[in-house]
Amino acid sequence: MSDVKKILIAGFGGQGVLLIGQMLSYAAMYEDKEVTWMPSYGPEMRGGVANCTVNISSSPIASPVVTKDFDVLIVMNGPSLEKFEKDLKPGGDLFINTSIVDIEPTRSDINIYRVDCNEVAESKIGNAKTANMVMLGAIIRKTGVVSLAIMEKVFNKVFTGKKAKLIPANLQALEAWDE
Amino acid sequence: MKPVFEYTKGMREKELHYCPGCTHGIAHRLIMEVLDERGQLGDAIGVSPVGCSIVAHQYMNIDMLESPHGRAPAVASGIKRVHPDAPVFTYQGDGDLASIGTAEIIHAAERSEKFCTFFINNAIYGMTGGQMAPTTLVGQKATTCVDGRDPKKQGFPLRMSEIISQIDGAVYVERVTVTTPGDVRKAKKAIERAFDVQEKKLGFAFVEILSTCPTNWGLTPTDAIKWLRENMIPYYPVKQFKCPEEV
Amino acid sequence: MSEKQLLKGNEAFAKAAINAGCRYYFGYPITPQNEVPEYMSRELANAGGAFIQAGSELEAVNMAYGAAASGGRVLLSSSSPGIALMQESISLLSSVEVPIVLINVMRGGPGIGSIQASQADYEQVTKGGGNGDYHTIVFAPSSIQEACDMIYHAFDVADEYRNPVIVCADGTIGQMMEPVALPEAKEAAMGDEAIAAVKPWALTGHKNKRERHAMNSVWLQQDLLENYIDEYWPKYEKAERELQDWEEVMLDDAEVVFVAYGSTSRVAKEAIQALRAEGIKVGMIRPKTLWPFPAKAFEKLGDNVKHVISVELSKGGQLMHDVKYVLGGKYPVSLINRYGGMLLDPDEVVARTKEILEVK
Repeated sequence: MSDVKKILIAGFGGQGVLLIGQMLSYAAMYEDKEVTWMPSYGPEMRGGVANCTVNISSSPIASPVVTKDFDVLIVMNGPSLEKFEKDLKPGGDLFINTSIVDIEPTRSDINIYRVDCNEVAESKIGNAKTANMVMLGAIIRKTGVVSLAIMEKVFNKVFTGKKAKLIPANLQALEAWDE
Repeated sequence: MKPVFEYTKGMREKELHYCPGCTHGIAHRLIMEVLDERGQLGDAIGVSPVGCSIVAHQYMNIDMLESPHGRAPAVASGIKRVHPDAPVFTYQGDGDLASIGTAEIIHAAERSEKFCTFFINNAIYGMTGGQMAPTTLVGQKATTCVDGRDPKKQGFPLRMSEIISQIDGAVYVERVTVTTPGDVRKAKKAIERAFDVQEKKLGFAFVEILSTCPTNWGLTPTDAIKWLRENMIPYYPVKQFKCPEEV
Repeated sequence: MSEKQLLKGNEAFAKAAINAGCRYYFGYPITPQNEVPEYMSRELANAGGAFIQAGSELEAVNMAYGAAASGGRVLLSSSSPGIALMQESISLLSSVEVPIVLINVMRGGPGIGSIQASQADYEQVTKGGGNGDYHTIVFAPSSIQEACDMIYHAFDVADEYRNPVIVCADGTIGQMMEPVALPEAKEAAMGDEAIAAVKPWALTGHKNKRERHAMNSVWLQQDLLENYIDEYWPKYEKAERELQDWEEVMLDDAEVVFVAYGSTSRVAKEAIQALRAEGIKVGMIRPKTLWPFPAKAFEKLGDNVKHVISVELSKGGQLMHDVKYVLGGKYPVSLINRYGGMLLDPDEVVARTKEILEVK
């Protein structure tokens, strides 16, 4: 049977939700793992909420379409927590962006990580735009779904040209959050 | 003996299927004569419409293809991307261009396509047997308006040259007719200018040729010419709408 | 093959086409395939080709006709309602034997429908959405890698058969990202002489050296049209002999055989693993060509098979009808489906399979 890890990342458009998923996907690919990334698209995109699912596995991934039993759930805003909390499997990992989410999860059969992305990004990196990378770092360090070490290679591929100067701050952001 | 007039090499030696008194033959010959004189018969690619002139490729001695109804300007746009230096033209009637194909002609002009369109306006559907066209004049009878076009019921005829000339991408727009030897010479001049505009890549060139359809108008060839002059020209004035300085 | 890149399906389709020597693309915005025209608008000119954003799908398909008839390697893409709009010209392209490749990133229908993945265009693409006696050759990829490989191959098949080829993807494959290794970049024949050398039938201008080409679709004498159809029809018989393609999944001991294509076949594959874990022996035939339909795959099914189930995203079971036709009543055939843009998930396929088999 496959060891696929099913990850859902959800939030407002503009919070870097799709980007967090893509970074995880690049990392998995560079670690020679199988990966699929699937966005929500269409009217939802325009209505201000966005989500994507990422499957990472050591063997070929059958269905890219996942709607429940996620191993990891990342919620960047309140509505996403309300909508998707039930879809996390028992024992799964829930990451909450507490800078934005002001409601509490209701389940007790899961691991909960509270990440104040915006405050960490502003106080430690001095750049609010790295909030999504603070969350990405938290996910990687807590779940080990990909290694932190691979991220420099990912950033070198993704941030090219003028964006290359963003790499040090983003690498720093990955390790900025303390539990 | 020196010949003073010859069959143009641009026309294949085949008998035309057009009705007696129809002016498609004159328009065909003028376009082919111009291409022959420019030495471009070997490079030209033409697009024929759906309508009486669908088989124009049987007569014109150049590479040609048939377009779905109304889509000739889109087809020509595609050809021009593959052969940007070839003289490319569409030959379209009023049902094809002014009814089913209005979107295509408008957008070819909008994109300032570097090909020519020759628009044969005879104010009726010929091939299908005389139905009303968007260009049918007020009061003119057709098989789908047997009492004559009534503005209260069918609205008013479209003036395509006027519409096209409003579009910045259309740089050369002229309406001509072929009812007298003098008109024929002027029409040929307009066709030449259209190919000049294309060769210089100045933009979209559009020549409307007012034409007769004696069969579906129910007139003799000579009466048809008279009817065109008395009825069509007042509504569709023969004139040059725009012309770039370069030609 | 290049090194693996993480690519969105639609963007990968465009890259694979350019690598196959495609230099002309004409398109009109429609979700969920917009990344194809967006990519082509940025990249085709750099490859020496041309892109036009058409005023409609009608314009796009006819621009494609003009470019392909004059010898260009042409890609079109759209989604279901846009493909419907193009059908008149797909029929015409078949009648004048002009090759193009068309990607349908299918969404829910009928009408304007939904923008999520669907497979309800099966009959439209395989049974000839346009008028008259013709077929389109149809490939159905189940991953981005396979889509790229099929698109790359489709240009050669289109040229060989001088016929439109449709690559039938869906919103899931168009919108998802997967690692993909792109096929090697090929050069395209550009310019009159090079085109005339590889496509002697193309409109390039006769250069006063050959008889003019007249590409005609109208036949005012019906007996001549009948003769003409007889002339080109053998290529469809050849396609049925040579192009059928499919994947077999655990058929050796299968008592239940799923038939599924495209992204749905991946859901079915996951369901097979789950059902086998419960002792239910399920296998699958995955058509990789929808036309010609892989009838040969079904000839091999033996006495171990008790039930065949079409797993697809269409209400009426459009794929199921072809399955029933080739089986000729040999096994009971059932349907597991969602539609309108709703997707199947593996659990639902497992549960409905058990219902059909009356297994608790």
